[in-house]
Amino acid sequence: MAPGAPSSSPSPILAALLFSLVLPPAQAIVVYTDKEVHGAVGSRVTLYCSFWSSEWVSDDISFTWRYQPEGGRDAISIFHYAKGQPYIDEVGTFKERIQWVGDPHWKDGSIVIHNLDYSDNGTFTCDVKNPPDIVGKTSQVTLYVFEKVPTRYGVVLGAVIGGVIGVVLLLLALFYLARYLPWRRGNCTRQAPADRGLMCDPPLQTPVLYAMLDHSRSTKATSEKKSKGLGESRKDKK
Amino acid sequence: MLLLLLGIIVLHVAVLVLLFVSTIVSQWIVGNGHSTDLWQNCSLLSSSNILHCYSSSTNEWLQSVQATMILSIIFSVLSLFLFFCQLFTLTKGGRFYITGVFQVLAGLCVMSAASIYTVRHPEWHFAAEYSYGFAYILAWVSFPLALLSGVVYVILRKRE
Repeated sequence: MAPGAPSSSPSPILAALLFSLVLPPAQAIVVYTDKEVHGAVGSRVTLYCSFWSSEWVSDDISFTWRYQPEGGRDAISIFHYAKGQPYIDEVGTFKERIQWVGDPHWKDGSIVIHNLDYSDNGTFTCDVKNPPDIVGKTSQVTLYVFEKVPTRYGVVLGAVIGGVIGVVLLLLALFYLARYLPWRRGNCTRQAPADRGLMCDPPLQTPVLYAMLDHSRSTKATSEKKSKGLGESRKDKK
Repeated sequence: MLLLLLGIIVLHVAVLVLLFVSTIVSQWIVGNGHSTDLWQNCSLLSSSNILHCYSSSTNEWLQSVQATMILSIIFSVLSLFLFFCQLFTLTKGGRFYITGVFQVLAGLCVMSAASIYTVRHPEWHFAAEYSYGFAYILAWVSFPLALLSGVVYVILRKRE
């Protein structure tokens, strides 16, 4: 799952469509990567790279990843894939840390960098060449290495709100289910049409409670009506 | 009696207004020239007399305070809506249980929000001298009012 949106996503598609409609079929290759990638020190991070080409994926397709350190001016080549064979950096700073996870037929040229370090901060460029389609834009992704990856704003917010509302709804549903469950066993009686719903016998302890409440209320009331049926619909006049 | 009904509705609406004001207004912690609340920190630079406002930090505890304040508003509004529903559909002698439960939940949410804010506020504001603003006090005031309102709903019975 890509952590961020692909860079310049709708406009290259629009531009490519326009190109293909307006001009005679021009050959152009468009590369997509994320804009920024965050990683924690010591963990691994996946650099996604995908492309759009006006030609079919040929066997001569090649992927190149370059790395430009933060604040540096030179970009060094760290990965190359050509003719079905990946070539990984074996002498530089990324020695034995790069893993090829891409698949040309799925238009995926992603690599994984293991065991991140602070010196890996910088810009990575993905370059794809699909002969005869070789002219095109590359795309860059900036890697930020943190001690601890900061959670995006809103994750905790949404989780708390969603969790509490979910729990409340669940409890309400359970409550209503429990109230109408004795109905299955036939303990509920259907009331006169004026009342709504069913009247079910509550558990054994509450008759005493309701009776007491009724009694205490009736001492203040001018007229009282005690009904034998227990439950919520009792007539009470003040 | 109509008076009782009116009184209960006024109490509920008052609780709702308190919740809204305390969530939105920017006066939870005030100091000399700066005020912060759940969503932004504003500071008035004495040199240029301009009020600068920045978004609050993305601290997890601040997010949980924001979430519980929003939840309390949601529950209170839901409770008001359910009160009117139950007013017309409940049988005689029935109690406004759901309304009361949601109002009590709103009160509990406000309490937890205010408590978390009280305990954890040094994590996201670093002013040396500060005092609590009126929005913070409103949040604490709305907690017993919401509880009271909820309890009144639970013991109230619907009459003809």
